[in-house]
Amino acid sequence: MTDLTALTLAEARDALKAKTFTAVELTDAYLAAMEQARVLNAYVTETPDTARDMAKASDARIAAGKAGALEGLPLGIKDLYATKGVHTQACSHILNGFEPTYESTVSANLWADGAVMLGKLNMDEFAMGSSNETSHYGPVVNPWRRDGSEVNLVPGGSSGGSAAAVAARLCLGATATDTGGSIRQPAAFTGTAGIKPTYGRCSRWGLVAFASSLDQAGPIARDVRDAAILLKSMASVDPKDTTSVDIPVPDYEAAIGRSVKGLRIGIPKEYRLDGMPAEIDALWQKGIDILRDAGAEIVDISLPHTKYALPAYYIVAPAEASSNLARYDGVRYGLRVPGSDIVDMYENSRAAGFGTEVKRRILIGTYVLSAGYYDAYYLRAQKVRTLIKRDFETVYAAGVDAILTPATPSAAFGIGEKADADPVEMYLNDVFTVTVNMAGLPGIAVPAGLSAEGLPLGLQLIGRPFDEETLFTLGSAIETAVGTFSPAKWW
Amino acid sequence: MNMAVRTPDPKKMIKGATGDWEVIIGLEVHAQVTSNAKLFSGASAVFGAEPNMHVSLVDAAMPGMLPVINEECVAQAVRTGLGLKAAINLYSVFDRKNYFYPDLPQGYQISQYKQPIVGEGEVLLDMPEGVVEIGIERLHLEQDAGKSIHDQHPTMSFVDLNRSGVALMEIVSRPDLRSSEEVKAYLAKLRTILRYLGTCDGNMEEGSMRADINVSVRKPGEPLGTRCEIKNVNSMRFAAQAVEFEARRQIAILEDGGTINQETRLYDPGKGETRSMRSKEEAHDYRYFPDPDLLPLELDPAWVESLKAGLPELPDEKKARFVTEYGVTPYDAMVLTLERASADYYELVAKSRDGKAVANFMINELFGRLNKDGKGIEASPVSPDQLGAIVDLIGDGTISGKIAKDLFEIVYTEGGDPKKLVEERGLKQVTDTGAIEKAVDEVIAANPDKAEQAKAKPTLSGWFVGQVMKATGGKANPQAVNDLVKQKLGIE
Repeated sequence: MTDLTALTLAEARDALKAKTFTAVELTDAYLAAMEQARVLNAYVTETPDTARDMAKASDARIAAGKAGALEGLPLGIKDLYATKGVHTQACSHILNGFEPTYESTVSANLWADGAVMLGKLNMDEFAMGSSNETSHYGPVVNPWRRDGSEVNLVPGGSSGGSAAAVAARLCLGATATDTGGSIRQPAAFTGTAGIKPTYGRCSRWGLVAFASSLDQAGPIARDVRDAAILLKSMASVDPKDTTSVDIPVPDYEAAIGRSVKGLRIGIPKEYRLDGMPAEIDALWQKGIDILRDAGAEIVDISLPHTKYALPAYYIVAPAEASSNLARYDGVRYGLRVPGSDIVDMYENSRAAGFGTEVKRRILIGTYVLSAGYYDAYYLRAQKVRTLIKRDFETVYAAGVDAILTPATPSAAFGIGEKADADPVEMYLNDVFTVTVNMAGLPGIAVPAGLSAEGLPLGLQLIGRPFDEETLFTLGSAIETAVGTFSPAKWW
Repeated sequence: MNMAVRTPDPKKMIKGATGDWEVIIGLEVHAQVTSNAKLFSGASAVFGAEPNMHVSLVDAAMPGMLPVINEECVAQAVRTGLGLKAAINLYSVFDRKNYFYPDLPQGYQISQYKQPIVGEGEVLLDMPEGVVEIGIERLHLEQDAGKSIHDQHPTMSFVDLNRSGVALMEIVSRPDLRSSEEVKAYLAKLRTILRYLGTCDGNMEEGSMRADINVSVRKPGEPLGTRCEIKNVNSMRFAAQAVEFEARRQIAILEDGGTINQETRLYDPGKGETRSMRSKEEAHDYRYFPDPDLLPLELDPAWVESLKAGLPELPDEKKARFVTEYGVTPYDAMVLTLERASADYYELVAKSRDGKAVANFMINELFGRLNKDGKGIEASPVSPDQLGAIVDLIGDGTISGKIAKDLFEIVYTEGGDPKKLVEERGLKQVTDTGAIEKAVDEVIAANPDKAEQAKAKPTLSGWFVGQVMKATGGKANPQAVNDLVKQKLGIE
């Protein structure tokens, strides 16, 4: 039998339907692959018993003709998602030992459609990071290496475990979350497809909150079709999340392979940064050519407030985070380090429980919300946010259907390479992606080629609110032109 | 801005060594919203359960939990705003007020800061000198905190989250109050309005209504002085005491040449004094910002209108109607309308009767008796029908006012039909002048000396009336007795 993990999610789904193999067989293949790939540190918890039980139940439903849309398909879940009775710590020490009594809406949607849980995926602590190096459980190793090099690279972040697991075929697909680029940047670094849907498309209920007004759940997948299939199951309106939106979830898979003829693609001049590597620029041009050749109309556009997006993001996101993370106080759950009184206990618990990057952002967030600084920072950042949103509304009103940009300013870098750098250098990873979160829009990252060193590079497509379908159509057009990319197995 | 400007009233001022001082008071009242569930979770908001029995995942701030607004709590806030004749803001925003405390699981309280649900309104106080208008600045919705319990363990504190997330309305007055009497009247009036509306049970002992009181003093005509805030006062009596103490404390400091430190203080009812809790310098920076988990609250004007249409008649309107419809005094009307249930009771009895007579009997007899037992009108053993029958028996001369009191007591303690009781127990008023005349003659005959004195000093006739009433067991018609005594003694 061929290696079952080589199949895409869509292929595996069809094969299960055709009873070519069983869900248990497929699950066992993944469990074996996970065992062999522990050096990548993609999973923080493996749940083989649960996986086999779920797979058995899937086989029973397939036999009974009651298969769901994702029946028997093994997935990995980012540690940010609450999974009932299973390790849920957002890869932070402060949630030490925390196992919720509840299941997040998005993962519950997946299980309701028959998916199988393989385990919980590594991530940057509380989703704060762009390299998966801030995890309490250690960095994730990118399955990709530079040609002829044995240097371990980062998979990007914060959904580094999700991206690495998908790229290394340690799951058929993975859930991820994106607050400033945490789906799209790791997808670009690992040659996978990842979509951050419109804010409100997926419920945030049961996702450990980072920045509530920016957080969105989304999938990372082998290819664009798989991402479309996963998002269809993940998305829903949820009465438990009043920021989720009651718009019917379309059949995203049907958008794959649709003609792009006549679609207007905006190319924003502000995304052409000074000092941008030539190969990123070339990749962007390649994307433009592909879409033009497929019949799309290419137009130059301006999104004038783009340059303010990153600084404004690093005010809004930490501000919300500083408040969202106040509940981790050692009183009710997770880590408690005793102290002489309550304040001492708070300080000891939070000092021991949070990592450096999380502490940095809590401090920034607390500062920008403080009396006397609120207007100068938080309020001004919110105004910038409104202007960024308006930039997009203006170009969409002018008839642009989607916007094409690079996904990241570079390919994956080495683990530890930026350890001593200014934190802002790390934040610059998100320069192309944060605008999308600030505006609440959908954005997809699709692999578009390899760098000179043989590392995957991605392009980003930004859509109109709730028009994920157009992104899947355009993403699949690029994918058709360039193919998909897999790392050579070295682990 | 609708700022009621009050002319300084010397009668309300406090005399100091250097002259009169005007006391300026503003209140922030926290009123627990009457609702089945909490403001942002489905957990029960009922008081009195075992610790931590009414706690949802949201109330305990478990990771990934999100607040969902309870529509009924919003409706209650709007009803209250309408009852306070206040502007309803169709667009309002929930903010986070950030601070750490073990009974605040989220690490922030969801409140409304810059854009509250209700804007400016008013409360009218019936003071002896007339009606005083107190401006309402705003009303906003917010979450209550849980409760820390410090006396159950030698080294640890316990936390009860039953109240965590229960909906509160914070009702902020303008600094329009000028005396402890007004503070009492304001709290009583506010409670009456809330209870009429059914939006808060007003039960201060259970903590469903608590007040933060801002107090400052100044010489009349001078700018406002530095204020101190007395936190969490949970009775009207304590509120009045706290204001009196605090005003005098501030006056003493100022008259000694000192200055007032802006600070938060606590009232200790045991010692009858306020003491410092924390100064302005120690004040928290709450880092308010809009709660990103909640969309702005946008109300449909038609929905607000429907709530308005469903409002009950409010105490001020009811009071005015009682004066015109039943001819009672404004004071009696105020007493009768303090509680909606009393007003309803009154109307049942007064509908087909002399409104004044009913008001007198209710206020003097029924309210007095219920007060003695610490009972509310809802628990009255005397029904409106029974009370009406007693009033009827006085009205048609069947019983005297004195007997009516006895009859009321019998009905109150034993129950029964007043009419039948009068028959069965021989309580009927004696109007037969022959029988009365006989009794008068007997009393005069037995007291010849006093009869002589009375001829010289007619006021002594009252003693004879009393003796006759006694002899007839109180059943004689007092007017007939009076007339006969005077006639027989030859006074006039």
